[in-house]
Amino acid sequence: MKLLALLPFAALLGGCDFVVLAPAGDIAAQQRDLVVISTVLMLIIVLPVMALTVLFAWRYRQSNTEAAYEPEWDHSTQLELVIWSAPLLIIICLGALTWMGTHLLDPYRSLGRIAADKPIERKDSALDVQVIALDWKWLFIYPQYGVAAVNELAAPIDRPIRFRITASSVMNSFYIPALAGQIYAMPGMETKLHAVSNKEGTFRGFSANYSGAGFSGMHFDFKSLSASEFDKWVAAAKASKDMLGRSDYLQLERPSENVPVRLYGTVDRDLYKAILNMCVEPGKMCMSEMMAIDAKGGLGREGVNNTLPLTYDKYARRGAPLGSEPTFVAGICSIDELKDTPLREVTAPLDLTPLRGVGLRRPPFSPAFSPAHPSSTSLLLSGQRSKSES
Amino acid sequence: MFDNPELLKLIFGRLTLDALPIHEPILVGTFAVVATGGLALLAIITYFRLWGYLWREWFTTVDHKRIGIMYMILGIVMLLRGFADAIMMRLQQAIAFGGSDGYLPAHHYDQVFTAHGVIMIFFVAMPLVTGLMNYVMPLQIGARDVSFPFLNNFSFWMTVGGAVLVMMSLFVGEFARTGWLAYPPLSNIGYSPDVGVDYYIWGLQVAGVGTTLSGINLICTIVKLRAPGMTMMKMPVFTWTSLCTNVLIVASFPVLTAVLALLSLDRYIGTNFFTNDFGGNPMMYVNLIWIWGHPEVYILVLPAFGIFSEVTATFSGKRLFGYTSMVYATVVITILSYLVWLHHFFTMGSGASVNSFFGITTMIISIPTGAKMFNWLFTMYRGRIRFELPMMWTVTFMLTFVIGGMTGVLLAVPPADFVLHNSLFLVAHFHNVIIGGVLFGLFAGINYWFPKAFGFRLDPFWGKLSFWFWVSGFYFAFMPLYVLGLMGVTRRLRVFDDPSLQIWFVIAAFGAFLIFLGIIAMLVQFAVSILRREQLKDVTGDPWNARTLEWATSSPPPDYNFAFTPVVYDNDAWWDMKRRGYTRPLTGFKPIHMPSNTATGIILAGLATAMGFGLIWYIWWLAAVCFIALLAVAIGHTFNYHRDYDIPADQIGKVEDARTRVLAAGAQS
Repeated sequence: MKLLALLPFAALLGGCDFVVLAPAGDIAAQQRDLVVISTVLMLIIVLPVMALTVLFAWRYRQSNTEAAYEPEWDHSTQLELVIWSAPLLIIICLGALTWMGTHLLDPYRSLGRIAADKPIERKDSALDVQVIALDWKWLFIYPQYGVAAVNELAAPIDRPIRFRITASSVMNSFYIPALAGQIYAMPGMETKLHAVSNKEGTFRGFSANYSGAGFSGMHFDFKSLSASEFDKWVAAAKASKDMLGRSDYLQLERPSENVPVRLYGTVDRDLYKAILNMCVEPGKMCMSEMMAIDAKGGLGREGVNNTLPLTYDKYARRGAPLGSEPTFVAGICSIDELKDTPLREVTAPLDLTPLRGVGLRRPPFSPAFSPAHPSSTSLLLSGQRSKSES
Repeated sequence: MFDNPELLKLIFGRLTLDALPIHEPILVGTFAVVATGGLALLAIITYFRLWGYLWREWFTTVDHKRIGIMYMILGIVMLLRGFADAIMMRLQQAIAFGGSDGYLPAHHYDQVFTAHGVIMIFFVAMPLVTGLMNYVMPLQIGARDVSFPFLNNFSFWMTVGGAVLVMMSLFVGEFARTGWLAYPPLSNIGYSPDVGVDYYIWGLQVAGVGTTLSGINLICTIVKLRAPGMTMMKMPVFTWTSLCTNVLIVASFPVLTAVLALLSLDRYIGTNFFTNDFGGNPMMYVNLIWIWGHPEVYILVLPAFGIFSEVTATFSGKRLFGYTSMVYATVVITILSYLVWLHHFFTMGSGASVNSFFGITTMIISIPTGAKMFNWLFTMYRGRIRFELPMMWTVTFMLTFVIGGMTGVLLAVPPADFVLHNSLFLVAHFHNVIIGGVLFGLFAGINYWFPKAFGFRLDPFWGKLSFWFWVSGFYFAFMPLYVLGLMGVTRRLRVFDDPSLQIWFVIAAFGAFLIFLGIIAMLVQFAVSILRREQLKDVTGDPWNARTLEWATSSPPPDYNFAFTPVVYDNDAWWDMKRRGYTRPLTGFKPIHMPSNTATGIILAGLATAMGFGLIWYIWWLAAVCFIALLAVAIGHTFNYHRDYDIPADQIGKVEDARTRVLAAGAQS
């Protein structure tokens, strides 16, 4: 009955864009593979349970007096062993898969390949993008090109992208389903994401964590372009007369909804560092500076005097009813004196040859799947081919 | 005098006439309906002169059975409110396409989804679960009441106080616009300066006191008041799951209290625990709230598992398969539920090893849960299954919950979570386990134990109607959300611009409408059952031919539950008594020592609620007065020496004789 009722919806499914199941980027494709494998693994136990439930419910109904009835039977050691060990075995498999998948697809890990059938070349320099979640729009800074864009992200295909992600005020989550899984964008903190797009097209990106009134409009187009198209995009951005300095940023940062795309031809070199350290406002102490002072034991009681009344504020009011007047800590160093804090980075090995043992002959390799299905399960499970093989 | 703003501020804090939402037609309409209904109810109570009866027999009662029933009523009333929010959301998401802004502005919509989550978890699921535990567990262990009857009454009224604050936010001021867990920095004073988050904090703090105390109370009851012979491994499974749930409550609710206290310090006196600046870290809040939040889902689902165990054994006419492994599975789940909280935020960037650890511990929970599932399955095996309503809910639960369990384990794989986190897939998953697990369990429990509480069964026709509407409505409402999640649609969106998604939201809204019919059918079921109570009457006290001790006494049980405390020899104590040809003792009654009713609980809770209101609106004098009054009343209550009385033996004799006559009449007819 229930299944029959669902039939018309099965027809509906055909016309939909299951972006999570059919992504454009290699990382998202591998994540999709994990979704599929885990589901299949679990169905091994879930389907029999559902079938048995229906079977037992039917066979042992009260009106069926022919079925056996054993009211006192309540224990069987063999059965107990089976019902504990069957889920255990599945979970052991799934746990191993989880451990490997989580490490291989760690968003902090640099890419080990461009696509399933395309190893990474050492000359492939990653595209750096600094992502800032604002109320309620996205700002993307391209430090290698000195340009920036609001609510539009462009990247060339088959080139690794290295995102560094932060937020200006509240927490958001940076998510382009076609490209890679999401990661939080948090104020005063930085997260990382490595990804690559393999298909040209325009895909949807958005915030996946509710962040206030304008949240619904907080999406952008991710333009996955060919290398030449991307160069054109950068040129167009460079041609823009708009500048993004620190005071412009403070204007931009104010809450606004459904913001149209805007390109900036010039960007303050230290802007991202200042945003991340929450010291765009002139005179405010940067977090990294504060942490450096604290790491040396802090300023002691004298530190209390190092505050100034808060004048700049995005919102109507700030400060608790019973607390002191809102203040901020005055900076001592200027922003360009700040050291860039090195971030944890996991580097993927580019050449897996040593894993096979030094001096051994290379085993023959035949692909498990045809190249028509490039991101296949077997590749996730067996690591990747070395470049010389492909 | 009223044009002096300083004076007004002193008296009313930040409460002004602007706080009344007279400019929002939806709220004015709701208010009109609620006010009319409320006034009608009050008029009826006054007309029938029920105030004295209600006050003496119900509001001030310390009887665990009546408190249990009041918890259930609270839960069902709040279910209507929480569901009204749900249907508003479904409607908004079904129409806000193609440039349409829907009918709810962000300011309102964001409150609606926050209130929906808060109400459904704290004021629907929790009262229903606590109510059933309160009613059934003492009867199952052969006790006369809980360990601390006054505390029980106080706990209930504190829960009501929290609910009152949350409901008040509908018409006075506003509710939080932060999502149901109020993550900072969004919930901090800088980004949510209005009263919404304060309503949230104080609503939960007041109710949280009740929940924690009730947890302590029920643990003590189970540990200390079991009938002679009932060792731990002879306790009914529902009592076992109640024990584990209350252990979880006592261990996790203080964390919630602490984290909300820290948040209120940030909001009221300007500390910086969870701010972005000054060394605060909002992510600490996220960790702490989920250290409470994950055990919370097991607090809800474990009692439901207990209900399914009782129902399956009873309606299969068979001993529960694998009692021991069922108990150990429950205990293992209890312990593991503390080791998984980080799976709610794999996307925070904790690193692969940390994420793997929490992902794998989460998966391990599915092993004992799976074992439970098999235990129910093999309880049905070679049974004689009667498909009464409780059993229908149970079988449907088994089929539905495995889907929710499967998607849950899927979400526990961190890279899979990266693509599905915060999506509608996640929303579908947790509704799948909370509706398909907790709510179906509660409905099974309500249908199962209703005859015990009131002496007549619930009407099966309307019950089945409600069942089919609920079940089909659930599938229509949430299967489309799984699909939408795989299309990369995130949760809490108010407007959409991709028109191809609309059909799925329309189907989901249709499902919500079916659930609406299910709720209506359920209310009709209650009404019809009350009207047909003579036909549905059960005089035996054991309408289902059940197995545990609560069915040994009359329906409804007398104030003292059992005239003689039963002696237990088997984990299906009542089944064992029936098998051995147990006969009720008819003479030799002794006076029974019972606790007296007291109004202190409702007074204390009223003061706590008023204090919360004062703190929400910055009416400092009110908060201070209420706080001092709270202390005074609490201390004053310690000087109340009229706390107990004895039911004389001849009165017990009369009650038991009446039952003997009813049983004899029932046996003849």
